[in-house]
Amino acid sequence: MTLKKPVYLDNNATTPMDPRVLEAMTPYFLEKFGNAASRNHAYGWVAEKAVDLAREQVAKLIGASAKEIVFTSGATESDNIALKGAIEMYKTKGKHLITLETEHKAVIDTCKYLERIGAAEVTYLKPQPDGLVDLAELEATIRDDTVMVAIMAANNEIGVIQPLAEIGALCHAKKVLFFTDAAQAVGKIPMDVEAMNIDVLAISGHKVYGPKGIGALYVRRRKPRVRLAPLVHGGGHERGMRSGTLDVPSIVGLGKACEVAGEELEAESARLTKLRDRLWNGLKAELDFIYLNGHETKRLPNNLNVSFAHVEGEGLMMAMKDLAVSSGSACTSASLEPSYVLKALGVGDELAHTSIRYGLGRFTTEEEVDFAIAQSVQAVKRLREMSPLYEMAKEGIDLSTIQWSVH
Amino acid sequence: MAAVYLDHNATTPLAEEVREAMLPFLRRGHGNPSTQHAMGREARAAIDAARETCARFFGCAPDEVVFTSGGTEGNNLALKGAAWQLPEERRHILIGAAEHPSVSKAVEFLARFGFTFDEVPTDASGKVLPAALAAALRPDTGLVSLMHAQNVVGTVNPVDELAEVLRGRPVLFHVDAAQSVGKIPASFLFSGADFMTVAAHKFYGPKGVGCLLVRRGRTLEPLFHGAGHERGQRAGTENTAGIVGLAAAIELAEATQAEAGERVVALRDLLHARLAQALPGVVLNGHPHDRLPNTLNLSFLGVSGAAIAARVPELMLATGPACHDRAAAVPGVFGAMGLDAARGSSSLRLTLGRSNTRAEIEQAAEQLIAAVRALRAEAGELPAEASRPSELPTCPRAGCERPLDFRDGLQGPELGCERGACPYLCLAPPPGVQV
Repeated sequence: MTLKKPVYLDNNATTPMDPRVLEAMTPYFLEKFGNAASRNHAYGWVAEKAVDLAREQVAKLIGASAKEIVFTSGATESDNIALKGAIEMYKTKGKHLITLETEHKAVIDTCKYLERIGAAEVTYLKPQPDGLVDLAELEATIRDDTVMVAIMAANNEIGVIQPLAEIGALCHAKKVLFFTDAAQAVGKIPMDVEAMNIDVLAISGHKVYGPKGIGALYVRRRKPRVRLAPLVHGGGHERGMRSGTLDVPSIVGLGKACEVAGEELEAESARLTKLRDRLWNGLKAELDFIYLNGHETKRLPNNLNVSFAHVEGEGLMMAMKDLAVSSGSACTSASLEPSYVLKALGVGDELAHTSIRYGLGRFTTEEEVDFAIAQSVQAVKRLREMSPLYEMAKEGIDLSTIQWSVH
Repeated sequence: MAAVYLDHNATTPLAEEVREAMLPFLRRGHGNPSTQHAMGREARAAIDAARETCARFFGCAPDEVVFTSGGTEGNNLALKGAAWQLPEERRHILIGAAEHPSVSKAVEFLARFGFTFDEVPTDASGKVLPAALAAALRPDTGLVSLMHAQNVVGTVNPVDELAEVLRGRPVLFHVDAAQSVGKIPASFLFSGADFMTVAAHKFYGPKGVGCLLVRRGRTLEPLFHGAGHERGQRAGTENTAGIVGLAAAIELAEATQAEAGERVVALRDLLHARLAQALPGVVLNGHPHDRLPNTLNLSFLGVSGAAIAARVPELMLATGPACHDRAAAVPGVFGAMGLDAARGSSSLRLTLGRSNTRAEIEQAAEQLIAAVRALRAEAGELPAEASRPSELPTCPRAGCERPLDFRDGLQGPELGCERGACPYLCLAPPPGVQV
C-alpha cells in the first residue's frame, strides 16, 4: 500500500474529524436543524434533546455531571471565560492568579490582558527542565488573595502531563480554584474532575476528532459551587454563562467525539504509546545529538518533541515536506521566534529552532511512523553533511568555546 | 398534516450547496490553518477565499472581516471591544429600544464599569427614526448600536439615514445585521457603520459562525485573548468548515436573494390576506412595508399566542424570539412600540423561508384560522377589538401600497391590488382550493 503524502503527524495542532462524528452530525444540518432555544415547536425540542445528550457524553468523559458543562466556541473561549469570569466574580476575594510560563497563549495572553487593565496580579511559574510544575513552589506561591491556579493538563507542544491530582489536592486544601486547560489531554488520558479536584476545565472539539469552532467548559456545581461571570452576554443560553444560539450540529459532534474517545481511550493510548516509542527509538538508533523535550514518560501518548542539533531549522522543515509536522506550537509557528515553551524549559535558541513536534493520532499507522523515521533521519543526515558544526561536535569540540571571527 | 416550518428568524436549515461546500473540510485530512505544512496551508487558502467572498458581498476590504462564532459574539465584540477604547469623556452609549439581548445585555454589563446608556425610542412600528436618534444624542455619546432589522416584527431601520445623523461626530456606529443579511440588501460600504454583525445560520449557513465587519482604522479590544488570530482581534483556531459555509451561504444569497425575496413576500402576504379575510381582530405588528420580506407578526386579539401555537403542533412558529429567557412572556419589542401586553401576548411570529410552498402556506392559514376560531369560541367573552374587521395587507410594490385582495385572474383567483394582480403576486391557488 502506498502512503498518502504528506503523512499527517500534527495531531496536537488539530485532528481530522472521525467519520463517526460526521455521521452523528449529519442529520442536524438539513433535517433536524431547529434552534435549541425555540420553545414553541418540535424542531426546537429535537435540537434541545440532541444538545442534552451531547452534554451527557462530554460530562461522562471527565467524570462530571451534565449540568456542569457549558458549550463554547472552543478552548480559547473556554480559557477566556475561566480566567476573566473568575477574576470578575471573585474580586472580593482578591485578584491573584497563578499560572505556568508554558501555558497555551489563550491563557498567557488573557492573563497579560488582565494585568494590563489592572484586574489581576499574575504569578507565572517557571516549570522544571522536564516541563513539570514544581509543587513546592506552587504551594509557596499561593496567597490568601489567590483566586485561581491555572495549570494546563497536558502541554500542546511538549506533551508533558502535569500532576493534576496533586495540584488539585493542594488547591482544594488552600481553597483556591483549580482551572485546567485540558484541550490536549481530554480523550487522550483519563481525566476525572472529582478525583483530581478540578473546578474548571476547558475542552476543545477539534483536538478530540470533533469539529472546529466548538468546545466546552466544565464548571463545578458543588463542593464548591463555582460561579463565573459571562464573557458573552445575550439571550441567557447555557445557564447565563454563554449566550448565543447553540451550534447544534457541532455540539452533537463534540458529544459523539467524547463518547468515542472514552470508549477507545485505553486501547488507543496503549497503541499510540507503542507507536510513539517506536518513533523515538527509530530516531535515536540512527541519529546522534538529538534531544527529547519534556518529561520522558509523563507525557501524552501521542506526542514527541525532538530537537535535532547541528541542523538549520528552516532547512529541516523543508527537507521534511512529506511530513505534516510543526515546529513550535501551531499558533506561533508563523513567526521565527523560537518557541516560548522550549525557552521556559531552558532549551537554547539553536535547539529550539530545530525542534520538531510529532503528534500521532487515531489514524496514524505503523507504516506512517516508519516513513516518518526514514524521512527525518534522511533529512537530518543530509543537512548535517553540509554542517561544519556537526563535524566539530563529533570530534568532541565544545562548540560553546569557539571564538567566532567577524568579517 | 405535514410539518410546516415558519420560524426562519430563529434559524434556517443549512442549504444543500452550503453543506456540499463544507463537507471536504469536515472530512478527514484538514489542517490547522495556523500550521505551515501543506494541510495547514490548504485550510488557510480556504479561509482567505471565504474572507474575499464576504468582503465582496458587503463592499469592504478582506482585512475588515473578522470571523466570529455568530451574532451574539459579534455584537458583544463590537460593543465591548469598541467601548473599552472610548475616552473617558465619551462613555455614553445609545442603543435602540428594541435591540436583541446580545446588545442590550452587553451594554448593561458595560454600565457596571462606568459607562452610561440610553435607549433610542422606536415608533409604533418598531422603527428608529433619524429624528429620534438626533434627539437622544448627547455631547458625551461615543457609541451607537442599532439593528438593521428587528428580529420579532421584522421592521427595517433606515441605517443610512441614521448614519447621516451621526456623520461628522466622534461617534462609533454599530449595526446588528444578523436578521437582515441574506433577506434584504445589507451593504457595509453604504451603511456608514463602523461595525456590522453578521450571523450565518439566519440565512442558510451553519450555526456557530458569523463575522463582524470592522471599518479600517477602527480597532477593538478582543473579547477572546490568545494566539492572535484574526489580526489580533479574535483568538481561537479558525472554524474552517464553518467559515467556508458562511461564504457559501453568502454566495447563495448573492445569487438568489432578490428572487427569493419576491417569492417569499408573495407567500407572506398571501398568508396575511387569508388570515385577515377569514378572521376579525387580526392586526399586524411592525411596519407594513419597511419590513423583512419573510416576517409576519400578527396579533390575534382575545386569544393567547402560546395557546394558538399549542393547537397547531404541525406549524413551527414562535411567540417571540428564540432565547432562553423563559420569564419574558411578551417580547420586549411590544413595549418599545408602545403596545400593551395583551397585544404582545396574543401575537405570533410567522417567518417564512425559501423552502415554504404555497400548499404549506394554505395549510398553515387553514389551521390557524380553525385554531383561533375554536379558542375564541371557548373563551366566550372577548374584547370588542376581537370582532373588528381585520385590515388586509397592502401592495408591496414601491409607491403602490393599495390594499391587496383576491381577484379573478386568468387562472382563477389571484392576490393583487386594484391596479390588477401584482406581477409577482400571481399565486393562483391550486385546483380545488376554495378562496
